[in-house]
Amino acid sequence: MRTGLLYRFETAVRGMTPFLTTLFLAMLTVVPLRIPDFAPVTPSLTVIAVYYWSIYRPDLLPMVAVFGIGLFQDALTGTPLGLTALVLIIVQYAVLSQRRFFHSKTFLVEWWGFMLVSPVAAFASWLLASLYFAALVAPRPLGFQLLLSVALYPCLVWLLTRIQHLLLRSA
Amino acid sequence: MRYRGASVRRLALPVKGWMQRFAFALLVSASIGILLLGRVDSQFVERLRTGVTDGMAPILQAMSQPTATAAAIVGDIRAMADLYGENERLRGTNERLLQWQAVARGLEQENLAFRDLLNLVDDPRPAFITARVIGDAGGAFVRTVLLNAGTDDGVRVGQAAVNAEGLVGRVVEAGRRSARILLLTDLNSRVPVVLELTRVPAILAGDNSDNPRLAFTPVNALFEPGERLVTSGHGGMLPPGLPVGEVVSTASGVARIRPYVNFSALEYLRVLDFTLPGVLPATRTAGPAGPLP
Repeated sequence: MRTGLLYRFETAVRGMTPFLTTLFLAMLTVVPLRIPDFAPVTPSLTVIAVYYWSIYRPDLLPMVAVFGIGLFQDALTGTPLGLTALVLIIVQYAVLSQRRFFHSKTFLVEWWGFMLVSPVAAFASWLLASLYFAALVAPRPLGFQLLLSVALYPCLVWLLTRIQHLLLRSA
Repeated sequence: MRYRGASVRRLALPVKGWMQRFAFALLVSASIGILLLGRVDSQFVERLRTGVTDGMAPILQAMSQPTATAAAIVGDIRAMADLYGENERLRGTNERLLQWQAVARGLEQENLAFRDLLNLVDDPRPAFITARVIGDAGGAFVRTVLLNAGTDDGVRVGQAAVNAEGLVGRVVEAGRRSARILLLTDLNSRVPVVLELTRVPAILAGDNSDNPRLAFTPVNALFEPGERLVTSGHGGMLPPGLPVGEVVSTASGVARIRPYVNFSALEYLRVLDFTLPGVLPATRTAGPAGPLP
């Protein structure tokens, strides 16, 4: 087992993979795609990423980091500051408390688990937004956003699994 | 030794669970605190957001280039498909516009003569800053876009943003190198407008749908579908006369507007530097968007 400085540095950088991928996905939600009417229903990529990394490598994605990514996404998208942060840490806590259930289960079980967790996250963000703006926010865009997120889950998880195998196999 | 290790391990697991729950509770209260702080309209929250957008502006600009190029290629392919028809349409539009240009020149001369006769006080002519959209809304309950121009380029909070089609929205946050535009369709957007022909004033209130509604209309006002709306300039915050949209439906007593701007295809916007003193303190002086007096 090499214990040189370079090895430890390399392990530290590899260890930041979950944080960096989630941060990148937060930035990706803001990139203008110029597809008509797509902006309001952009899938919540960070919720999928937080869900995935909380199952596989929760040691590398502490709750404080998730909170920071949530604040970052709020600042970029113009949502009230703290809203996405709260939703993301709720998702992470829900997954971490049920980790014994998720351990060594198939992909379909994970997807099904996501289908249970994401409506809770969507409802929480709808409630918080309505309370913040003191007006009932239209639930339809959130519903479509939820459906798109659930549909996009396999593709994104495939990508994240490739990244995990590539960078975190030894760490 | 093994004895000690086992007992320590048995103690560590519940402590770890407790620590996790404590961290969760702490972060939940922190985020609720930040939400409340933002609601109370704190300068700290706005500075934090503009700090993040300023820092991310160059990266977002680089990231939005591929999609802009792809959209341009798709647009080119689509245009190529109907080249002959498009050409004919453009020729017809060109002829009509040349006629309108002649009419407009005559009207302009007449207008100048009347202004002179009446000693009319002119509205200041707005200067403008052109900037590119580098960030989309990305949220289900906010309709905003990010621009890559900020206070360093002369952008101030409250200025109007337009494109070739009409009014897009207003600047709500301005950092040094980035600014956030609140679109007309957002829940919090309120724009004073006036019907072009009848000069009936109203407020265009967005509600996160594609067709914002007209609020605070006079009691007996009637609206016909197809009537044009322009900004009224009331409150001195926006230049008057900017095209906004047209009435599409008056179902259940609420007039719905179709904005002229296609909000899914925003690329370059002009921010109008209109320095008439306004209602908001931030627009009183053309200075940097600093703390409110």
